[in-house]
Amino acid sequence: MSVSTCPSDQATREARDENALDALDRAIVLATQSGLPLVPDPWAAIAGPLGIDGSEVRRRMQRMLDSGVIRRIAAVPNHYRLGYLANGMTVWDVDDAHIDRLGRVVAALPGVSHCYRRPRHLPEWSYNLFAMLHGHTRDDVEQQAEALCSLLGDACRDHRILYSSRILKKTGLRLAARSDRQA
Amino acid sequence: MTAERLSRPEPAELDVADRHIINRLQDGLPLVEAPYAAVAAELGLGEGELLYRLERLLEAGVLSRFGPMYHAERLGGGLTLAALSVPDADFERVTEAVNAFPEVAHNYRREHRLNMWFVLATETPERIGEVIEGIEAATGLPVFNMPKQEEFHVRLHLPV
Repeated sequence: MSVSTCPSDQATREARDENALDALDRAIVLATQSGLPLVPDPWAAIAGPLGIDGSEVRRRMQRMLDSGVIRRIAAVPNHYRLGYLANGMTVWDVDDAHIDRLGRVVAALPGVSHCYRRPRHLPEWSYNLFAMLHGHTRDDVEQQAEALCSLLGDACRDHRILYSSRILKKTGLRLAARSDRQA
Repeated sequence: MTAERLSRPEPAELDVADRHIINRLQDGLPLVEAPYAAVAAELGLGEGELLYRLERLLEAGVLSRFGPMYHAERLGGGLTLAALSVPDADFERVTEAVNAFPEVAHNYRREHRLNMWFVLATETPERIGEVIEGIEAATGLPVFNMPKQEEFHVRLHLPV
């Protein structure tokens, strides 16, 4: 595993070293990043080509779940196909003194799919809290944003909803492409 | 990538069993010996029927993925969100220039002065800066880099 030299990445780097993945873990990542096999014993299907057994795959995947390398093993719906046609990136200018607490409050609301603190770029961009909201209509999203606005109260100076008006590119993340160089 | 794949899909027709499957599997598949049989039993379905329906939901694009979701940074990669303010007259040229970078995973037009928002995913954290410089050179526009400083944990569940 390469070691980052970026100082701001300290926490992530430590987490990475502690949970260092070996070549077999990376082979499991590569084999599953586009999806889990749809067969009665998916663990054995992953394990076969790697020369291990299904219980070893499960043990390693459990370890990756515990360490947060795997967020979860689940279905990811296409928002639009489920009828969630309004998807707004809401951005908030929140008092730095309160953002850690308020970020957690926002993330806990239903309908929020991502919630991050990001840097401001003054004077062009004053928003430091990002939350993606999903609703059936723009009215839904606006109501959620209103609720969020009341929750944030005086700690929030301004907010905007940035709707997407066009998908320009959408490809899967190929996260583990370099693992074959490291194996 | 074809224009068709980038257009917004219509809402799908789903029956009760599909809805139960989607709602249940957004919460996660258990790491047990026969995971589909376990979930199928919970939902009162046969294992074969669950697998068949899952395959169909993926083919129809109702589910965009099914499987482990990996944490890019913990796998050693770089990830960031970045934005551009693109003049309307130049939008197509800039879209093409940005999308030509394989590190650009998603790119959306949004309604704001910063009207192009894209996610960069790179093999190493160091590579993010190089790609941003490359995009600035190719487009002639300054890139607003907005890497996450903190992630607040969410568990999205879109009920159907």
